[in-house]
Amino acid sequence: MNQDTIVAAASAMSSAGIGIIRISGENAFSILERIFQFKNERKKVFDQPSYTIHYGNIYDGEELLDEVIVLLMKGPHSYTMEDTVEIDCHGGILLMRRILETVIREGARPAEPGEFTKRAFLNGRIDLSQAEAVMDVIQAGNRMALESSLSQLKGSVANRIRGFREKILYETAFLESALDDPEHISLEGYGDRLSEILRKLNLRMEALIDSFENGRIIKEGIKTVILGKPNAGKSSLLNVLLGEERAIVTEIAGTTRDILEEELYLNGISLRLLDTAGIRKTEDLVEQIGVGRAKEQAEQADLILYVVDTSCELDESDVEICKILEKKKAIIVLNKSDLQIVVTEDQIREKIGSQHPVISISAKQKEGIQYLEDTIRDLFFKGKLSFNDEFVLTNIRHKTALEDAKKSLEMVLDSILNGMPEDFYTIDLMDAYHSLGTILGEDMGEDLIQEIFSKFCTGK
Amino acid sequence: MDSVYKEECQVIVVGAGHAGCEAALASARLGLKTIMFTVSIDSIALMPCNPNIGGTSKGHLVREIDALGGEMGRNIDKTFIQSKMLNLSKGPAVHSLRAQADKAEYSRSMRRTLENTDHLSIVQAEVTEILVENDQIFGVKTYSGAIYYGRAVVLCTGTYLRARCIYGEVSNATGPNGLQAANYLTDSLKALGIEMYRFKTGTPARIDKRSIDFTRMEEQVGDERIVPFSFTTDPEEVQRDQVSCWLTYTNEKTHEIIRNNLDRSPLYSGMIEGTGPRYCPSIEDKVVKFADKNRHQVFIEPEGLYTNEMYVGGMSSSLPEDVQHEMYSSVAGLEHVRIVRNAYAIEYDCIDPRQLFPTLEFRKISGLFSGGQFNGSSGYEEAAAQGLLAGINAARKVLGRKLITLDRSQAYLGVLIDDLVTKENREPYRMMTSRAEYRLLLRQDNADLRLTKIGYEIGLISEERYQTLLKKERQIEEEIRRVEHVNIGTSEKVQTLLKEAGSTPLTSGSTLGELIRRPELNYDLLAPLDPDRPSDFFRGVTEQVNINIKYDGYIKRQKKQVEQFKKLEKKQIPESFSYEEVPSLRIEARQKLEKYRPVSIGQASRISGVSPADISVLVVYMEQLKRSK
Repeated sequence: MNQDTIVAAASAMSSAGIGIIRISGENAFSILERIFQFKNERKKVFDQPSYTIHYGNIYDGEELLDEVIVLLMKGPHSYTMEDTVEIDCHGGILLMRRILETVIREGARPAEPGEFTKRAFLNGRIDLSQAEAVMDVIQAGNRMALESSLSQLKGSVANRIRGFREKILYETAFLESALDDPEHISLEGYGDRLSEILRKLNLRMEALIDSFENGRIIKEGIKTVILGKPNAGKSSLLNVLLGEERAIVTEIAGTTRDILEEELYLNGISLRLLDTAGIRKTEDLVEQIGVGRAKEQAEQADLILYVVDTSCELDESDVEICKILEKKKAIIVLNKSDLQIVVTEDQIREKIGSQHPVISISAKQKEGIQYLEDTIRDLFFKGKLSFNDEFVLTNIRHKTALEDAKKSLEMVLDSILNGMPEDFYTIDLMDAYHSLGTILGEDMGEDLIQEIFSKFCTGK
Repeated sequence: MDSVYKEECQVIVVGAGHAGCEAALASARLGLKTIMFTVSIDSIALMPCNPNIGGTSKGHLVREIDALGGEMGRNIDKTFIQSKMLNLSKGPAVHSLRAQADKAEYSRSMRRTLENTDHLSIVQAEVTEILVENDQIFGVKTYSGAIYYGRAVVLCTGTYLRARCIYGEVSNATGPNGLQAANYLTDSLKALGIEMYRFKTGTPARIDKRSIDFTRMEEQVGDERIVPFSFTTDPEEVQRDQVSCWLTYTNEKTHEIIRNNLDRSPLYSGMIEGTGPRYCPSIEDKVVKFADKNRHQVFIEPEGLYTNEMYVGGMSSSLPEDVQHEMYSSVAGLEHVRIVRNAYAIEYDCIDPRQLFPTLEFRKISGLFSGGQFNGSSGYEEAAAQGLLAGINAARKVLGRKLITLDRSQAYLGVLIDDLVTKENREPYRMMTSRAEYRLLLRQDNADLRLTKIGYEIGLISEERYQTLLKKERQIEEEIRRVEHVNIGTSEKVQTLLKEAGSTPLTSGSTLGELIRRPELNYDLLAPLDPDRPSDFFRGVTEQVNINIKYDGYIKRQKKQVEQFKKLEKKQIPESFSYEEVPSLRIEARQKLEKYRPVSIGQASRISGVSPADISVLVVYMEQLKRSK
């Protein structure tokens, strides 16, 4: 059972109910010991029998994070057959994230997608007949994690991380070229130069890590896609939701020129609002691309606002939209209640059934907007709406990776300061390069060798 | 056709270059009747390019060859004319030994060794066909039609397959140095379904020493105290007179001459189709690619003691003869240069080495092995290292023993072979220390400690050498333990010594180990504070003690990484494994895995296009297979 210790949220990350955080691996108990204070202060984690439940507080250092219940399971009597701890905390994304981060700081690492299941299988807990399902979970989970990883990072952040990586790779390649070909390339005075470069780099990385804390890095919130036919009033709805009296936080330049993305806070819930191109059959190539992207966004949405122009007849485009809605959380927004109504709620219901709420508004007259907002909020607090589970963890993985990279660079600085020979620098430099690569989903491969050959003139 | 000559032996080695020599010696020394073929018996262990052995990372390979019982280290110790330990100002992982060879002596000395090895005979003939039945090798056929039967064949054809030497508009269908090319074997290999590549490499001109003005160059002398390559060579025996190399530079005029004649270069005119190495660029490549550099270094190195020929390191080229004369004579000190042999590029056939197991046996043809440039590598040392392993495994195949592999945590040889058989490689592959992720553990100073035991088990290391190694190992362990427990007080003597060494005085007591860890101090320097130090150490013990204590934090870290690495390496994938049956593998991964058939999960994880999630899926699938048995 010499596996490292992993952690993840075992419940959906929503603001409703309780949240469950699961830790598995040989250090699960010792990590808990460091962050958990029993109500009865004399109790120790290691003295408790398996399958017992305890009440107490979780601390991040001195700071009290939450009042929780913990469940202890000693391996092999747990899902993964490893020592396992479950922390039942009060829900809430922020809180769960703080606890996850604390556990990671104490030595766990964020679980890979499907990793609990994988361990359960490899350790013999899961039946052979389930193997295929296990493999699917792993592959699908990873695909999703990679997608969400890249889609969550703002383009500018990804570019900054790429910039860090390029710098690190260049310096490493220079070092390696000099080590490989000492008669052509000298390292005279290089330690000082590298120190200077790394100190600057570290400041920039630190700034990026800080901005993780206040959420400026990640497009956070419930991904809400406004969908409908052209001229249904989608943009008007967006504008009215973002009305001047409400706080517009930031504007994100869309990666596609046809999709506009805004952030919106509704009484403590954060939404990422995406306005899309109208869905219709078209011969226009550019518009086709826009329609395709709108559908793509809808597939990944946490919530769809389907805007219907009640002054126009339903047509095949509406049928197409209804198909997308079948598997999603959605609110049907009947717009233009101020005009002659030719489409009624019943007609819509016929097409789509009763699973989604239907609300009548007039974006133009700003009528029914309050009711729409309340409906969204209710969905969230009743737990029907939640983030993708991968979301918070991906976010934490990114931050952990950045911190790891920074630590590695600090070790290089230490090595330089302590007069270690130059070849030792590259060990930590490449570690930093690798850590940053995990954020972008890129591995090292032959990068270093390629860089050496392309940037430096070596050899006979 | 009964009138052709026929002969039976056990192991056949095709080629007598650096790979062929090691392969043949290993096989014969393991007691197998071995025949080595060469197109020219005068070209045994020929050095057709640079006149040196070793250098960064290559020096490591030579030490490893030696520790496994190979010949290269001993041979260069006998024939070098200058020796240098490179990178001494850097960490021990990148210290690298390099020796200038007397080329003719190197070749002669190797020939003498081969000719006096039992069970080994040398035959001058061109092998034109390999004989295979039911995917099993059974012999080779020569140009004359003679047939030699053998249960294992090692192909070490170097740069000779369909070789073509090119400079300017001239193209000669010969191997290096005008030697006869081997023009038939490629077809035989292709007919067996083996995929071939065409690679290119090049060499600079050789010039007449008498035409060089050395006063315009910087002298490069050898080390004062020479360290031998072989762990069996007595260091006192190699302290001999050395000859110098010389450093000069190209200049703007040289570059202008090159630029003006680029249209006449076969590289740029498209006459050369092979892929050349980027790490060993021709001078025209350097001038084009690094246009901002206004000069490049040129090393003038002797080719031997009994010749006036000098090698012009740094200026390999395939420009036309007249341009070469103009170009070389523009370099400081070469104004009146006489060219003896002009520079040329050479093109040759080699294989995509991903068709090999890490044992260097072909996946498709049982008993067929290969090593050296034929496998897409470059360099004498890389060739010799592969030849040694291929020869060992050919012998073991015939003897019915388990074949040997070395992994990336054991040796540069392991890194070299894993890179070749796993990664996509589109140019001649050269060893580099940056390719070895555990290089702090794979030092040239500890090659004997890493590999002598394996060499002994194979049967190429004598009992005596093995026993010495065991004793050395024990001495190192004991001395490290002792040093970590020697207490050093704050006496006057201690503080004075520290001050003299530029180290801060002690405020409280310390151990000798702690002091050794200070960058400005080392084991030897602290001897005066260590009166109980034993003096009867084997060679190299104190160096090991110093390194292991000094860098112990980093060494432990790498050892931990190695443990992780080994876990995946140990998970073997059965040869008959069908990737088609694994659900959830991505298509790209499935295709790559099916084609290159890694031997372990670890190797699979290094194939480009196979993601960590694919590896997880594979691990789960293999567990399923295991349990359902």
